[in-house]
Amino acid sequence: MIKRSIFSNPYLPYLLILPQILVTLTFFYWPAFDGLINSMLVSDPFGNYSRFVWFKNFIALFTDFLYLKSIGITLMFSLATAITSMSLGLLIATLANRALKGKAIIRTMLIWPYAVAPAISGILWLFLLHPSYGVVALAIKKFLGVDWNPVLHGGDAMVMVIMASAWKEISYNFVFFIAGMQAIPKSLIEAAAMDGASPFRRFWNITLPLLSPTLFFLMVMNIIYSFFETFGVIHTMTQGGPGGSTNILVYKVYQDGFIGLNLGSSSAQSVVLMSIIIVVTILQFKYVEKKVQYTG
Amino acid sequence: MEVEMMRGKRIVAALLTGLMLLVGSNVMAKKIEIQWWHAMRSARGEVVKAMIDKFNASQDEYVVVGTNKGNYDEVLNAGIAAIRAHKQPHLLQSFEVGTQTMMLSGAIYPVYKLMADAGYNIDWNDYLQAVLSYYVNDKGQLMSMPFNSSTPVMYYNADMFKKAGIPMPSKSKPMTWDELGSILQKMIKAGVAPAGLVSAWQSWTQIENYCAIQDLPFASRADGYEGLDCVLEFNSPQVIAHIAMLKDWMKDKRFLYGGQKYQGPKAEFIAQNAAVYIDSISGIAKLQKAVKNFTWDVAPLPVESWMAHPQNSIIGGASNWVLAGHSKKEYKGVAAFLAFLAEPEQQIFWHKQTGYFPITLNSYEALQKEGYYKEQPYQEVGIKQLNRAVPTKNSRGLRLGYFVQIRNIINEELEKVWNDTKTPKQAMDDAVTRGNKELRSFENIYQK
Repeated sequence: MIKRSIFSNPYLPYLLILPQILVTLTFFYWPAFDGLINSMLVSDPFGNYSRFVWFKNFIALFTDFLYLKSIGITLMFSLATAITSMSLGLLIATLANRALKGKAIIRTMLIWPYAVAPAISGILWLFLLHPSYGVVALAIKKFLGVDWNPVLHGGDAMVMVIMASAWKEISYNFVFFIAGMQAIPKSLIEAAAMDGASPFRRFWNITLPLLSPTLFFLMVMNIIYSFFETFGVIHTMTQGGPGGSTNILVYKVYQDGFIGLNLGSSSAQSVVLMSIIIVVTILQFKYVEKKVQYTG
Repeated sequence: MEVEMMRGKRIVAALLTGLMLLVGSNVMAKKIEIQWWHAMRSARGEVVKAMIDKFNASQDEYVVVGTNKGNYDEVLNAGIAAIRAHKQPHLLQSFEVGTQTMMLSGAIYPVYKLMADAGYNIDWNDYLQAVLSYYVNDKGQLMSMPFNSSTPVMYYNADMFKKAGIPMPSKSKPMTWDELGSILQKMIKAGVAPAGLVSAWQSWTQIENYCAIQDLPFASRADGYEGLDCVLEFNSPQVIAHIAMLKDWMKDKRFLYGGQKYQGPKAEFIAQNAAVYIDSISGIAKLQKAVKNFTWDVAPLPVESWMAHPQNSIIGGASNWVLAGHSKKEYKGVAAFLAFLAEPEQQIFWHKQTGYFPITLNSYEALQKEGYYKEQPYQEVGIKQLNRAVPTKNSRGLRLGYFVQIRNIINEELEKVWNDTKTPKQAMDDAVTRGNKELRSFENIYQK
């Protein structure tokens, strides 16, 4: 029998969710609506001059080749970051799940990097990879003779920011993967082993399908992370350079809006960013979720 | 019983303290409060605090409350938000690239007017003109009070110069770019220096200041001072040739690109990977702290050989804007505080503590007289470079809308030169085209 609570007063449930609705309205819908209005205005930062221009700000964006390029850079960066951090997270989770000695310590230590803020992660990696003072950069230049220079070459810079962004997400993915793996009944795997399935086959045919809800959830989270939260990494490491090669959308919003004080264009950019994320999430739920098995 | 007594005593004590606080705040309330939002932190923040404390102790009518609102961008944004909410401070420090935005804000009380209204008869000719001229309007009236001003200079590794047998550069007469080129070639060939020149803030040092010193226009309409309809003009043959020269220097490592800001270039200079380093005079303090194993010195920025009488360099830094919407009484206090900050004693203290220029000539002369520059010869190079000529329309400063975006564009396009994506001409032309687009959209805002 299913237990059901029924409120005697029909208004009480609404009253109970009112605080949550208020918080969402003030901190999400209100600013989002404001951004939507601002994206159709041309205005000075002080609000003395302000004109409604319909979609001019958007048209200006989409006729700007560099903005389209920035969209491309963002997609590439996000995909690369998500794939790197998820595959490494999964690999480490698989290994840690099998470790016999010191399981608890290994797991705890693997979770630590998640506590590092993206900006700090950027600084840490910069101390390793900056061509002028990075320890690793100086070493690979000296011993391997590689012309590593993320200050000058766009490709190197991209690799650098992907590493710094993926690094701390690995921990996050690791936690979820290992939790997911522990929920898989041991008997299933043991049965497969008795049937002579190799470790890889067991992983591919049993663990992975059963992990698919986790995989799906993490994909959504990682894409959102790499779209928005990587701001700190870009800000501390490359500031969008060299030559705009790591200028992802969220950083451009900040540069044009907060520093450059072009509020109309930066609001339009935020609206575009919001739309992209909405579309990506809908697509994921519509197509990818169908392949997800929620019950074992 | 005893516990009761104790409690009674405590209540009395609390009441007394409360009463004292009330009385105290009443006394305080008689003083007029002046709010100053600034961007000076850590060591500079302490110097600012010391000056505020001194002002507050020097009189009992006003009390200045200084608040650090973060870095330059954050202070400006805090100011904008406050102005929009009608809760603005009296004084707001804004960096030099925000000058145009502040001037057009409609929210300011021009400093020349404030000082005249408050009854101060200031001889503006006593100020360092290269500093003042950055903040004047097209009629030459001062809009904001210069506060912290710096200018780029050339640092060099004196040990490397000595080892290569090259005489030390003069502290007042600039060398030419050609001379610098052959010096660096010599040093690199002799194996004395791994690389030649590194430059911080490339847009400011290699284009904006290059134009000013060579008396070339950066933008039309007197670098934007005379109208929002100005267009960028830094794709002149001379500037393109300068960038092409630096690009050419990259081949034999006479020029090394270390990044847009100062951290990379500074690190190369400190690690003795580069013999010459161009950066703001604020680098003096940083190098004094960081360099232990070699001697370095300062010289003026190089000039072109065809420039017989080089112009002044332009400044960077920030100024204090007086914001509109306060009472007359309070403005008297603001004027008194600004006058106090301009006094030689404060200017000398400021200059000695931070390295930023004193803004008046008499404080500069006082410093000369007391022999400060004999002890600290570094410090005078920048001032001499600023004072060597009367600022022209090309060397007063830059008055551009969306200047931050324009600097970003210049940085991007220059990086494309350095990494072989574009030729110098192509990059400068593209920077001008893209920058003009920004200028037009800025102009568009203010068309009613």
